[in-house]
Amino acid sequence: MTPAQIRDEIIAILEDIAPDDDLSDLKDEVPFREQLELDSMDFLDIVMELRKRHRVQIPEEEYEQLQSMQSTVNYLTPLMVNIG
Amino acid sequence: MSTYDTIIIGAGMSGLAAGIRLAHFDRRVCILERHYTIGGLNSFYRLRGRDYDVGLHAVTNFTPKGTKRGPLARLLRQLRFRWDDFQLSPQVGSRIVFPGTELGFGNDIDILRGEIAREFPSERDNFERLLERLVDYDDLDQEAYDTSARAVLNEIIATPLLREMLLCPLMWYGNARERDMDFGQFCIMFRSIFLEGFARPFAGVRLILKNLVRRFRSLGGELRLRSGVKRICVDNGHVAGVVLDNGDELTANNVLSSAGWVETMRMCDDVSEHVETKPGQLSFTECVSVLDTEPKKLGNPNTIVFYNDSENFHWEKPDQDLCDVRTGVICSPNNFCYSPSDGELPDGVVRITSLANFPRWNDLTEEQYEVEKLKWFDRINESAVRFVPDYRNRVVDYDMFTPTTIRRFTWHDNGAVYGAPDKHFDGRTHLNNLFICGTDQGFVGIIGAIVSGISITNQYLLRD
Repeated sequence: MTPAQIRDEIIAILEDIAPDDDLSDLKDEVPFREQLELDSMDFLDIVMELRKRHRVQIPEEEYEQLQSMQSTVNYLTPLMVNIG
Repeated sequence: MSTYDTIIIGAGMSGLAAGIRLAHFDRRVCILERHYTIGGLNSFYRLRGRDYDVGLHAVTNFTPKGTKRGPLARLLRQLRFRWDDFQLSPQVGSRIVFPGTELGFGNDIDILRGEIAREFPSERDNFERLLERLVDYDDLDQEAYDTSARAVLNEIIATPLLREMLLCPLMWYGNARERDMDFGQFCIMFRSIFLEGFARPFAGVRLILKNLVRRFRSLGGELRLRSGVKRICVDNGHVAGVVLDNGDELTANNVLSSAGWVETMRMCDDVSEHVETKPGQLSFTECVSVLDTEPKKLGNPNTIVFYNDSENFHWEKPDQDLCDVRTGVICSPNNFCYSPSDGELPDGVVRITSLANFPRWNDLTEEQYEVEKLKWFDRINESAVRFVPDYRNRVVDYDMFTPTTIRRFTWHDNGAVYGAPDKHFDGRTHLNNLFICGTDQGFVGIIGAIVSGISITNQYLLRD
């Protein structure tokens, strides 16, 4: 997956988690917590959705990499480079 | 023999929510329900062509569409529902009525603030101090939880009557303990009722249940009705499986029980090894009157009226009688702000809840039971019309349910509506793969129960 495709996939996961939120003006560099008020349960869900959909395993000590869209895509790019 | 990742005992709100989470993340999950219908305490039935709800009058914890914090927003995200899926219409307004004093409140804390300033001007600042003392849901630890709510109130609110009036709705809608209340439960109930609020789907609680069960099944979850668990089989500190009332055996890696703490412990076949907890004592009767007109046309525009006929609020099991009619809750399901497309409910309805004594109701013969129901239906309505305009000559049909009905739907000892007084926040038991959720875990109400199922599942059952 390219960084752009990973971004689309994260958007799809967020749409699934928070169907009432408008994600069209999501700012990539601002933490999800501030923009969407996601809590720790929601972050766990992003992790679990990635595992469910793409078999990507994220160790608990690295959850902090998922703070914003930008950091998430940066973190996932090497992990998902071989995923179609 | 069937094998599951998780077996859930009870198809109430918490069990169904847990089931959705597990099935969504591809776990093999089966919900076992002893009754022939889903819902537990919050169920529904049909009688003589009309729909009746058992359980709660209103959904508490209501927050408007777009709210991102709080239990309702959290559960929608966790279960992947849209706010609109639950079709929640907010309350019109509610009242706490004691002799000579009334406090109105709604889904905006400023209403209650204004009422307290009017009725108890000297308590204005104290009420603000009380708001500051409230602990947030996620910050409750066992120590904060176990403090006496009455002790905290005595410290902050000077006027005894105001203390009683604030406790009345909070105890009615979620206190398993007699007389006093744990401060943790007080905070939970205060937030869910005064800071968030009441709402109801036009179609009643069945709409929420149907959404949950449809979602659970669409994700591949298995639901078995009329499947009571007779025994939880324990092998070396570990649950190996369960045996159903009909003798079927099922195995699972984990068991999550919403049956209540005492009730779950009793199922374990190593029962002698653990400490008994006291079951709850508080049960209710509910008198439902169907009217040929709407309550507001008779002069009652309130969603819920919590009444008490003296300055002291007695929150305890009635000892001498089948019921205690000194206090009660009057709910008019018509008095919610339904959307114009819903129209009006087909009938006017008044529901009245009273405190009741389970053993006394349970000991009656079938014939006595019918006679006592009639007798208490009249006494309870007579008590209630001291606080709302008389509706008794407009009743076209009625039903009444009692502690034994609640027992049948919930299987809780004593038909204890809010379970046992001692809660188990962490959801763990003496066995490493048996967990509890629902009422006895600590959260009550429809939203609270759903959040309980979700959070225990997240903590223990989705971690592998």
